[in-house]
Amino acid sequence: MLKGIFIIFFFQLIGEVVQQYFVLLIPGPVVGLILLLMTLICTQGLTSPAIGTLTKSIFQSADGILRYLSLLFIPIGVGVIMHLQYLENNILSVMAIILIGTVTSLGLTAVLFERLTKNNDD
Amino acid sequence: MTDSSRLYEIWVYLQAEPLFWLTLTIGAYLCADFLYQKTNLFPLLNPVAMSILIVSGCLLIFDIEYERYFSGAKFIHFLLGPATVALAVPIYQNWRIIRSESMVILTVIILGSVFAVLISYGLGRLFGLDSMTIASLMPRSVTAPIAMGISELIGGIPSLTAIITIITGIIGASLGTFTLDILRVKNMAARGFGIGLASHGIGTARAMSRDQTAGVFAAVAMGLSGIVTSLIVPLIFQLLF
Repeated sequence: MLKGIFIIFFFQLIGEVVQQYFVLLIPGPVVGLILLLMTLICTQGLTSPAIGTLTKSIFQSADGILRYLSLLFIPIGVGVIMHLQYLENNILSVMAIILIGTVTSLGLTAVLFERLTKNNDD
Repeated sequence: MTDSSRLYEIWVYLQAEPLFWLTLTIGAYLCADFLYQKTNLFPLLNPVAMSILIVSGCLLIFDIEYERYFSGAKFIHFLLGPATVALAVPIYQNWRIIRSESMVILTVIILGSVFAVLISYGLGRLFGLDSMTIASLMPRSVTAPIAMGISELIGGIPSLTAIITIITGIIGASLGTFTLDILRVKNMAARGFGIGLASHGIGTARAMSRDQTAGVFAAVAMGLSGIVTSLIVPLIFQLLF
């Protein structure tokens, strides 16, 4: 478990350094995500027991953090207090955008996926 | 010294320490989650939204500054970064599915993500919103830690993005089934894919509780759209602003 946490922190660290160094417009943790994913895929074929234990430890730690993902949004979400005044003026437009945007992207994506998989089957 | 002034002293002491704010945050979450489970995952009682309401309510009632609360709660906030990196694991675990349908999945992820970002931008401009609010709206369809990171980098307000993202998730989870029924999308994989792309983790959790295939495809869409959106938003942003 601790090894897994170390690996996850370490990949975030690399991600942040890469992002800062190359002045990327991609968040550091996302760079870390991509690098970790690539590493997992590349080490997939290796049968070394050491890598096997390490991978298992990463899975356990990731599962542990992601299980309480909802909890992690609360501190920043409470920051809405700071924007209460601000939101009051824009709240209707923002809500309308969220509603229309979500329903249309959801529908479009699902329809597109269904059409394309059908074509593949033909 | 009177009892009340001693209690006040303790209160002053507690406010300066992280312990009180961390306990409040976890306590609020546990209450909200209990309610959510009891009502059989009723989408409008989303535990994140409820916890935020509980904590915000406490801060407003006792007239506490957000900065003070955040100075303690930031230890929970810190874990958002590692949580983002940890998202590599569910993507990896579904890698076989992603590879077997790679062309379709990639095409739909890119088109869907571009559409989700552009519709927020287009409507934002149409309604005459300022650039900061539009930047906060653009990454709203991906999971909150990624959305907040993107928002910060393009000049949005991360905490506003967090709220918008959560509301997006709640709308996707509560109206997703209805929308897909109207559009007569029957394929469970396609239904899950749409919900995961448009409403990230909150929608995915809902899809998983209804159908396993839909849940897996929702998780795949959510993970990949997080990556793709963080690659395309900066590009679109540089072209449009």
